[in-house]
Amino acid sequence: MNDTTMNGIAKSGAMTFPLPLAPVNVNDCLLELYEEHYELEDYQKGVPRWCTGCGDNAILTAVQRLCRDEKLAPEKTVFVSGIGCSSRLPHYMNTYGFHSLHGRALPIAEGIRLARPDLKVFVNMGDGDCCSIGAAHWIHAIRYNMNMTAMLHDNNIYGLTKKQASPTSPIGLKTNTTPRGSYLEALNPLSVTLGVSNVSFVAQVVDWIPKLLYQTLSAAYHHKGFSFVRIIQRCPEWLPTHMDDYLHDPQRVLLLHHENGLEIDSELAKRYTNMEEHDPSNLNRAREIASGSDPIPVGILYRNDDVPLYEEVRSDSRLRTTSLVKNGLEAEFDKFTIWPEGQTRAKHEAA
Amino acid sequence: MEVEEISKVKQKNTNGHAEASGKVAPVDDRSSTATAKAATKGKATRLSEHIVEIISDSGEGAQKCGQSFGAIVAQMGLGVWTTEIIPAEIRPPARSVAGASGNRIRIGSKRISNGGNETDLVIAFNEQVLMGRVRANELKPGCTILLESMWRDDRRIAKTYTDAVEQLLAAGYKVVEIPMDKECRKVVSDPRKGKNMFVLGILCGLYSLDLQTARDQVVLTFGKKAAKVIESNIALLDAGYAWADANLDFKYEIPGAKSTEPQIVVNGNTALALGVLASGMEICAMYPITPATSTSHYLSEAFQEVGGVVHQAEDEIAACCFAIGASYAGKCTVTITSGPGYSLKQEALGLAVMGEIPLVIINVQRGGPSTGQPTKTEQGDLMTAIFGSHGDAPKVVIAPGTIEECFYSVITARKIAETFNMVVVILSDANLASSQQPFKRPVFDEAWLAPPIDQSAIPAGAKPYDWDPKTGLARRFIPGQPGGMHTLTGLAHDENSHVAYDAEINQRAMRARSLKLATLQKTLLPPPVFGDRTGDVLIVGWGSTKGAIEEAVAELREEGKKVSSTHLTFIQPMPPGIKEILAGFKKVITIENNWSDSPADEMIDESNRRYSALAMLLRSRYLVDVDCWSDCRGTPLKPNTVRKVILEAMA
Ligand SMILES: Cc1ncc(C[n+]2csc(CCOP(=O)(O)OP(=O)(O)O)c2C)c(N)n1
Ligand code: SF4
Ligand SMILES: [Mg+2]
Repeated sequence: MNDTTMNGIAKSGAMTFPLPLAPVNVNDCLLELYEEHYELEDYQKGVPRWCTGCGDNAILTAVQRLCRDEKLAPEKTVFVSGIGCSSRLPHYMNTYGFHSLHGRALPIAEGIRLARPDLKVFVNMGDGDCCSIGAAHWIHAIRYNMNMTAMLHDNNIYGLTKKQASPTSPIGLKTNTTPRGSYLEALNPLSVTLGVSNVSFVAQVVDWIPKLLYQTLSAAYHHKGFSFVRIIQRCPEWLPTHMDDYLHDPQRVLLLHHENGLEIDSELAKRYTNMEEHDPSNLNRAREIASGSDPIPVGILYRNDDVPLYEEVRSDSRLRTTSLVKNGLEAEFDKFTIWPEGQTRAKHEAA
Repeated sequence: MEVEEISKVKQKNTNGHAEASGKVAPVDDRSSTATAKAATKGKATRLSEHIVEIISDSGEGAQKCGQSFGAIVAQMGLGVWTTEIIPAEIRPPARSVAGASGNRIRIGSKRISNGGNETDLVIAFNEQVLMGRVRANELKPGCTILLESMWRDDRRIAKTYTDAVEQLLAAGYKVVEIPMDKECRKVVSDPRKGKNMFVLGILCGLYSLDLQTARDQVVLTFGKKAAKVIESNIALLDAGYAWADANLDFKYEIPGAKSTEPQIVVNGNTALALGVLASGMEICAMYPITPATSTSHYLSEAFQEVGGVVHQAEDEIAACCFAIGASYAGKCTVTITSGPGYSLKQEALGLAVMGEIPLVIINVQRGGPSTGQPTKTEQGDLMTAIFGSHGDAPKVVIAPGTIEECFYSVITARKIAETFNMVVVILSDANLASSQQPFKRPVFDEAWLAPPIDQSAIPAGAKPYDWDPKTGLARRFIPGQPGGMHTLTGLAHDENSHVAYDAEINQRAMRARSLKLATLQKTLLPPPVFGDRTGDVLIVGWGSTKGAIEEAVAELREEGKKVSSTHLTFIQPMPPGIKEILAGFKKVITIENNWSDSPADEMIDESNRRYSALAMLLRSRYLVDVDCWSDCRGTPLKPNTVRKVILEAMA
């Protein structure tokens, strides 16, 4: 190891190991991909271990299709998740993945985005993950508005830990921690999201309408900013009949459509006749729609393409060269330097 | 007799002869200046070192005054160590005993490595903040006190004030009253702003410093302010200088020798921030917490210049996770905090350990547990740093012992973090954080910036955790690298980063992560011994206590005592050679600023005594009967305290 590097430390117990030093910038040396064609299999990995009928399967399929259709380079795509059944999703993607901590997917994804704006970032969270233990991060992620697609797999229950109440469990729901029915009014993730300043994209969709699920995720992906998609996801293991009424009655789904939102194809329009034309730039109406839970509003509630991205606000267009850092550092040293008699920075550098 | 004399002064004061008050030096006069001004006029007493304190209510500028004084003194080629005196509250009530805010500056002919012992001279803006310092036993018995005398003229306060002055005199202090307010009014209309520069002038005069150097420093201090502001502050400085010259009958001179090398003068927090710049890291994620915050304050501005980002996260958990995300994405990141924030980061640190994500985490320790003593120094987090998180989470822990080491430790930490894919904890503390000491201006080295990440193409079939069976090291794959796709997980996993369902895998992975510490340890050199390698007593320390310990050891060695010390910079892993060092001494004692039970307590015996952190580590690793001395008073360790401990151990 270069001696000066360890200077202060060296004096009091140094280390000497050779480091594979290569003066390169991570961003510079990674291969740019030329036009590639991908198949679904290029994004698939392993066999999902979710229960049969679990809504997470539908979400995975939609996401894999999206990656294929958008020709996302698997090595430039990262799926970040917390902990929970839903957070297993990255393991089934043949991209980079980060299966992190319960509740902390968002700050991790933000760090990735800030460090590497060249990467496509997706976030998968459960309702406990996002709305309970990670709620602070959720609120602030909306404010930061970093370009990423966040999916809330909302099954109204804690799946992985075996059926405890979640903040989105409806009042009265019997769970292992609320055997006599849950005590509190459910938290409404849409209303919360729409209430935070800087909100830029909010959508809701259900796992049992694959076409809409895909369309919504695709719109979310294309939105430049923090796209929040609440996916109502069935958990047949713990709440086998929970969504049945909605599932079997198309009238209990309210399709939001608009030329700036989702375009509903004729086939869907035939089945889901309960529709509203909703302009996603109308925040007040979005909030009204969000407050209703029956019928379930599906589609894009709100979208604002003009909210600044945190990573752009904080970015520096200059190339971070060695001389940029050196000059900056020397300028800082100058502020605190006591020069010997007759010495100056220039003389010092020359010597 | 002394009381008589002060009452004379009192009369003069009330008669409006305020100037006269400055000439009173009723008590024991160590510097042997006489009360007669003429006798010493122009003749300065030579000293080899002195400790000066400037204290005021917070917001009156004593800290700025002290910092400037320290900088001027350093410019003159003196050794200097400045320590901030910080009240626990942002705005404690005016004139309160607990509200002292200011600076303590130890100056000397030689290099100074710590804040030293008790104060020799204090200049106070009111008698209450002064009483706080007296009660804290921070002042040397009989030391000189320069005190703002305006309170004599305030009907509501006069009695309290004069009572205090009498008490001080009775206690043997040499009190010199100075009509600061009145003198400042001759220069500016509102002396509350600017009294500190008048005081700076007095100190510069008192210590025979070069007035022009002082003026230059004031210009530097107020650099960003309007020309008018700078002018009036220089006028105040000049007035203070002139006042001291005309009115004080004592004057000191401490000879200094200008360094032949450029030096930089910063506190430990700024040194850490400069280290972050120099380390080539680009992102710092943090959440404000005393006493770590000033690092980020400084960095927020300086980092911009080099394209770096300070991200203030919504909490420490987020800050740590943000840093982990950025590191994972290929840019080794630093997160800076203090005790309570460090606790919040524990779960995320475990994730970084498990995922083998490089991370630098700085903990500027403060008094704990809980909110504890937020502005005070302590070394209470060593065990947490080593054993924190849950399960077996091997991390590297290093502790800078000087301001200079604060700078280099960050560069070293990043190198280790990225070479070994480990979490590296830097343990600083409130003492280093706010102390200033000049050190050699670092010479930039390109190698500081280079990331040691292997960025060559990933060969087909390569595994993200292909642990080397000997060293535990594995090459890290970074998003963007074709062929490296895998899902990093905090779950136990195999070489492919697949969740482990096999009993053997976890054992293998734990081994690899642990082996990395041993591999690092093999590259470390034994710590140097300060003094002989054999003797009666060996003091072992770590972190900010280095200067105080070595000063006391040096002093005792000069007196012929067989004492040495060694100071650990690497605490996890511990460098080789320590056992051999310990073996050279009859007694080994650690001195630390953390908790240990006193064997003198009735309930304490060998079966239940809780040892200091380092003592515990040394005892368990080397099976040596290491004793310890520690305290949690929150004040930086004094050489005199170390001296006492050593002498008692020798008795
Ligand atoms: C700090 C922490 N606390 C608790 C847990 C246990 N835990 C794991 S997943 C989970 C909740 C899962 O529910 P949800 O987030 O809704 O995800 P789902 O399984 O329903 O997809 C809990 C409490 C944990 N892993 N970490
Ligand atoms: S428990 Fe529920 S959420 Fe988890 S995998 Fe099974 S069905 Fe899905
Ligand atoms: Mg759930």
